[in-house]
Amino acid sequence: MTTHDTRPGTTGGADTPGPLHGGPDDDHTPEQLAALSREDLDRLGARYDGVEILHVEPGPEPGSAMEKRAVRQVGLLFALAGLSAFAFCVVYAGAGWFLPDWQWELGSSTFSALYTPLLGALMGLAFTFFGVGLVLYTKKLLPHETAVQDKHDGSHFDRVTTGATLVGGLHNSGLKRRKLITRSLLFMGGGLGLMLIAPLGGLIKNPSRGNPLGTTDWAEGVRLVRDDGTPVRPGDQEPGSLETVFPAVPGGNHLTDAATMLIRLRPSQQDQAVPRQGQEDFGYGDYVAYSKICTHAGCPVSLYEQETSRILCPCHQSQFDVTQGAKPIFGPATRSLPQLPITVDDEGFFVARSDYIEAVGPTYWNRERI
Amino acid sequence: MARTATSPGAPKTALGKAALEVDDRLIVAGPLRRTLNKVFPDHWSFLLGEIALYSFIILLLTGTYLTFFFQAAMTEVTYEGSYAPLRGVEMSIAYASTLDLSFDVRGGLLIRQMHHWAALLFVASIVVHMLRIFFTGAFRRPRETNWLIGVALLVLALVEGMTGYTMPDDLLSGTGLRIISAIILSIPVIGTWAHWAVFGGDYVGELIVGRFYIVHVLLIPAILLGLIALHLLILVKQKHTQFPGPGRTEHNVVGNRLFPAFAGKATGLLLVVFGVVAALGGLVQINPVWLWGPYNPAQVSAASQPDWYVMFLDGSTRLFPAWDIYLPGNYNIPALFWPTLVLPGILFTLLLAYPMLERKLTGDTASHHLLQRPRDVPVRTSLGLMAITFYLVLLLSGGNDVIADKFDISLNAMTWVGRIGLIILPPIAYVITYRICLGLQQHDREVLEHGIETGVIRRLPHGEFIEVHQPLGPVDAHGHGQLAYGGAPVPKKMNQVGGARRAIRGFFSPIEEPTAVELEQRGEERGLASAETQRELTSSGRPAEGGRPAEGGRPAEGGRPSEGGRPQEPRD
Repeated sequence: MTTHDTRPGTTGGADTPGPLHGGPDDDHTPEQLAALSREDLDRLGARYDGVEILHVEPGPEPGSAMEKRAVRQVGLLFALAGLSAFAFCVVYAGAGWFLPDWQWELGSSTFSALYTPLLGALMGLAFTFFGVGLVLYTKKLLPHETAVQDKHDGSHFDRVTTGATLVGGLHNSGLKRRKLITRSLLFMGGGLGLMLIAPLGGLIKNPSRGNPLGTTDWAEGVRLVRDDGTPVRPGDQEPGSLETVFPAVPGGNHLTDAATMLIRLRPSQQDQAVPRQGQEDFGYGDYVAYSKICTHAGCPVSLYEQETSRILCPCHQSQFDVTQGAKPIFGPATRSLPQLPITVDDEGFFVARSDYIEAVGPTYWNRERI
Repeated sequence: MARTATSPGAPKTALGKAALEVDDRLIVAGPLRRTLNKVFPDHWSFLLGEIALYSFIILLLTGTYLTFFFQAAMTEVTYEGSYAPLRGVEMSIAYASTLDLSFDVRGGLLIRQMHHWAALLFVASIVVHMLRIFFTGAFRRPRETNWLIGVALLVLALVEGMTGYTMPDDLLSGTGLRIISAIILSIPVIGTWAHWAVFGGDYVGELIVGRFYIVHVLLIPAILLGLIALHLLILVKQKHTQFPGPGRTEHNVVGNRLFPAFAGKATGLLLVVFGVVAALGGLVQINPVWLWGPYNPAQVSAASQPDWYVMFLDGSTRLFPAWDIYLPGNYNIPALFWPTLVLPGILFTLLLAYPMLERKLTGDTASHHLLQRPRDVPVRTSLGLMAITFYLVLLLSGGNDVIADKFDISLNAMTWVGRIGLIILPPIAYVITYRICLGLQQHDREVLEHGIETGVIRRLPHGEFIEVHQPLGPVDAHGHGQLAYGGAPVPKKMNQVGGARRAIRGFFSPIEEPTAVELEQRGEERGLASAETQRELTSSGRPAEGGRPAEGGRPAEGGRPSEGGRPQEPRD
């Protein structure tokens, strides 16, 4: 005890640590430990942790050519790492100050195009030089030791004693006999569990209210307009061409399910055309309009190959034949693209005759029922 | 208990005194010594999991930086930043802030690209690490728990990646989100309800990016962090597995102590991983969202592919036939449901259950700490190759349009190649792998029995030609080796049993005396240098006569171990 040890309350008896605090300290007095060399202490501690050092291959001899060489290598790598890191800082902070500006500009200097690559390369070099240097240091300059550590299976003593403590506690609680407590605990657990997940109910919404999946913004008399809002007239398009049109409502060109392809068939295509049953009059002259939203996974089907009359979805390669009512003819899609019934209004612009008569986009469980 | 300055062993240096002060309060010396003394086996394949850990650290650091600038909201704004081609374009604030952090934040693009590269590396290293665990049988009892945690980490990493690349709301990620929406809708019975719960309504709504954001930056990272900690804790508790080799048993670990050898190498690897990711982030462009443009439901670009780790699901979606199932009552199960939810469900369940399945089927319930060589467990190895083949067909099919385009193949033919290949290639892979495993096993046994082929052809007096073999250990009266196969690599070249001289150190110029090396070799009583001095070419060199011609006749009864028979250091 030191002279500053002025603890009150120790008058009732000697305040000395019990025998349980001993451990290895009992076997090795400070005097014995002080007599050991650092290496012996290291090995003693290792042995205490179940580690035996079998074999040590010492590092290179101090002052030998090998050591000098390795030290040079490692030192060079560390220096290069530092150099790269400083260079990174110079480029990072110097851009726009004493170096050209880093920000992207149309037709700007090459420096702004090099800025990010330069930063990445310098940071990469700094880290890599440091890492490689460290590995070389470990491999070339440190002694190589082979150590063996024992692996212990679980101890029977631990299992039995822990089990006794646990079972004893459980036994003392009397839960086995006091059925009312177990049952009420179970009941409470169920209630509390439900209560804790109940707030997730805020996420639940009824998807069937107002049939949002089955309807779009198309309606009778709504004009077909291009992305820039201009209406379309028969004769605007070349035969065989495709144009994406949207309903003439505010924000129509950003609606997720209203995008429609207006296709003008070539005469030869029109001769082969086999419209879907009951939808023979949905087109107008040589024009047909199909939903652009794939019936498979909802991607916009965009690639129109007019020689084969096929529309290809680039996401999963479903192919639809526009002469057969946009029927799927290859790939994972199962349903035809819905057709928009169109006509021409008094001013000669294309308008929809009604909304799509079926849900556009991907299939779902109760699609047929809505 | 404070000690007086005169007590033996009391620290004299300032550092030692400070350490004593710390340990007086925290009592950490014992646990710290146990940690420093922990032995790690030395094999390159044990570093794969570390790469995953280090990429996760990069992800945490760079991801936190990105949150300073990214705004996860679908509010429409007009872009006014410094990327001129998109100025004046309407876009969501999520996309606009992604552009801002790429073009208007100093060094922001580097961090963003590092984050993306680290994510790819994270999943990739998890997968490769898992393959190592699988093929060496490291998942066997007692390590099933860590296998389960590992599979959970993989799945979470996939979800984390998917939510991550969806958030910028560019054209590519929006297309991905549209497909996710369709997948949720395709769930039987509850599909529309699930969609409304996730998106807060019809596709796309205002909420989804904000929800993905909090899932991506808090929910999943927190679970990942917890599971990684548990994964490592169990690893430390159970200690490492190791490959069989001299002195290695089921009850020990042979290798380096944590400090300093392992700590040095592991820190070195950490830095190299950091360096590679930083270099990739700066030099190799990834996901240039400014080229894709803002999301528009009416637009899509060709070759829209997800990041590589989701591509196998894209592939399965492309290959699955157009089979909607119609049920009475006008209900139906969309074709999309099977390849996107059922298939990964089955795959991950099989992956999760594999240790238990193998335990059931082989009846092997013992604890194992020594690893197996893949060739020694041909059924498992072949099953693994079968799974990899299945996966690769799906992965390649995920980009079949690009393959079709670049190699000028019909797209529909590519789809059919995928559909047929998915069914017939895995069994073929199984059979071939199985044969290769057996062949490798046989070769190991043959070398143990007959020795290493030396390539030395000898003509006997009566004209017969034989090849001289080097036995690996003692031989019996018939010249057959008596060493049993121990599950460790068998040396198959003379150089691996000391046939070659040690190279003289030095890259441009030798840094040691060549003659000294020669002398050292001769003194070692192994290798060609010493053999040359002792060799008397008298016997035939037939295996039946002791294999090598140096010993001057048959070995004594019971077989004297020849020099080549000493146990070999395992090569890493």
